[in-house]
Amino acid sequence: MTQDSHPGGDWLERCWRPFVEKHPERQDHFLTAGGLPIGPMQAHDLNEPGAGEFPFTRGIHPSMYRGRLWTMRQYAGYSSPTETNARFRYLLEKGQTGLSVAFDLPTQIGYDSDAPASLGEVGRVGVPINTIDDLDLLLDSIPIDSVSISMTINSTAPILLALLVALAKRRGVDPKKLRGTFQNDILKEFIARGTQRFPVEPSMRLVVDVIEYCQQEVPSFYPISISGYHIREAGSTAAQEIAFTLADGIAYMEACKNRGLDLVAVGRRLSFFFNSHNQLFEEIAKFRAARRMWANICRSRFGLTDEKACQLRFHSQTGGSTLQAMEPSNNVVRVTIQAIAAILGGTQSLHTNGWDEALSLPSEEAASLALRTQQIIAKESGIPDSVDPLGGSPFIEELTDGIEKEALSLIEDIDERGGMIHAIRDGFARRAIEDSAYRAQLDQDSGVSTPVGVERDGEIPDAPFSVDPAVEAMRKSSLEKHRENRDNDLVQNHLVKIEEAARGEVNMIPVMINALESGCTLGEICSTLTGVFGEFQDHG
Amino acid sequence: MARSGPIRILLAKPGLDGHDRGIRLVLRALRDAGMEVIYTGLRTSPEQIVRAAIEEDVEAIGLSSLSGAHETHFLEVSRLLTEQGAEDVLLFGGGIIPKQDLDSLNNAGFHRLYPPGTPLEQIVADLQQQLRSKRKGE
Repeated sequence: MTQDSHPGGDWLERCWRPFVEKHPERQDHFLTAGGLPIGPMQAHDLNEPGAGEFPFTRGIHPSMYRGRLWTMRQYAGYSSPTETNARFRYLLEKGQTGLSVAFDLPTQIGYDSDAPASLGEVGRVGVPINTIDDLDLLLDSIPIDSVSISMTINSTAPILLALLVALAKRRGVDPKKLRGTFQNDILKEFIARGTQRFPVEPSMRLVVDVIEYCQQEVPSFYPISISGYHIREAGSTAAQEIAFTLADGIAYMEACKNRGLDLVAVGRRLSFFFNSHNQLFEEIAKFRAARRMWANICRSRFGLTDEKACQLRFHSQTGGSTLQAMEPSNNVVRVTIQAIAAILGGTQSLHTNGWDEALSLPSEEAASLALRTQQIIAKESGIPDSVDPLGGSPFIEELTDGIEKEALSLIEDIDERGGMIHAIRDGFARRAIEDSAYRAQLDQDSGVSTPVGVERDGEIPDAPFSVDPAVEAMRKSSLEKHRENRDNDLVQNHLVKIEEAARGEVNMIPVMINALESGCTLGEICSTLTGVFGEFQDHG
Repeated sequence: MARSGPIRILLAKPGLDGHDRGIRLVLRALRDAGMEVIYTGLRTSPEQIVRAAIEEDVEAIGLSSLSGAHETHFLEVSRLLTEQGAEDVLLFGGGIIPKQDLDSLNNAGFHRLYPPGTPLEQIVADLQQQLRSKRKGE
């Protein structure tokens, strides 16, 4: 661990007090229910780096949730832009503090709703967005200059960025006011999530295009959210989750460096996304280890001295793969434990899963209960009133060190293969994750780790939610109208410009904005790009 | 002519779904049990699946979907198999399949649909038993 020279005094004087003078805490005093005072971060030795100090093991802010609670950000989207808009407004009414858009698979992979490849998939796992009008409907009556919007979008992130900027212009909103996050993490798609459309190299170029454009024009956005969530869902261990994620982070930093971007500015706008599973202490230790590792990586590999640029900020989501279809109401308890792990681990924002998500997309009631779970932890448990309360516990510190050690050794293996892009190409990453998934499944099968309430041939209840299959036909006719009402010669001209830009080395976002404003669709832009870049093909 | 030798199975993910943890685990378990298994990877169309099944002369096809598009793709595979006169190929599936959809899939020949978390040994034993009795019946 790097020991820094700090200005004099203990942590309270050198770090906490100057911070809270500028950013007051939520209350003047924090007390337990019985009236005992709760001070800021506790430590045996306040001369050690504390919360808000490099390498941020104990949290990125000195006052953590005593200052501001985490953002409660529930991922939602299905059926059509109009229906998803209604769900967004419902969640905002219930006190949700940020939006998170789930797109359907065709949108994520770059097909319009009327493409043959989209058959059966339209509106199933998220909302279809193909045109600027679709995005306008999705965000109808939602003030895009004040509500932050997170988008789980990767291959087509540049197009969604271009759509959002075009919409801001249409609404007279300064793009500099837009706040939110693009996932824009293509490497983990190749490893674990599977929505990649283009081969790795052009995909990496597009990732950097988004980062570069945001840096200049949409500076309040986090242009990438480097995600371990799906790596864990694919079956990795906790240590593998952070090792592959941070190795992806290293690959993106290197790509930005090669583009000539200012790494301090890049580092300040990076964000991460992790999973939170049932093993409470292991998860808490994982988040702490990830923060410390990333800070050290930024300093040692990239020479960053700016502390903000070395901070690992992260969103977390409770573990979808831990949810059980049998006796599904038990999942409320699993989600609660996982949410507490993420909060004790210092997350900046959190999505809690609906208890019924092993059966289908969540019902409105389940989505509401999931949000209420976070609110109960925030308002009734007292957990947010202290800073890294488990820090200094020999058990937690030992676990933190243990996960760090294992993850560092895996990152060394990846380095030896020439970095993450090579570890993806040679199948190393997938193999390692699959081995862990296989072991976990065998443990579950043999009864070593069988979940409570799960029995062989047990009863599985009806799915609580289904998407109206009529949505596909409705989308087809609305796209047909869209294509009739636009200037198709103009559209063709813009697609030629997209092709030229793709062949060259310019940033693709400005040409995409012009194309989308002229009525080009997401699918048309993507098929133009595949003509230049080629297309990813899975060979099993 | 009765079949002999190792069981041959095709596994596929139709549609755009990228969740392949389950199907890869099944792939491994079936291979570990001595079966010959072909996995066609992500985003294979029903046409490609049926073509590969016939070319590879498999006795069973296993499909996986966790994106809600199972009805569209599973039923199309079944229809194309019948159209090609290959309806003797055993069909099975896995993923998040709502109870409400089980009947229509059953009618199309999918008698075994394994939800996430099904013990691998159960899937292996089940397929061995079904395919053995099928071979005897041939």
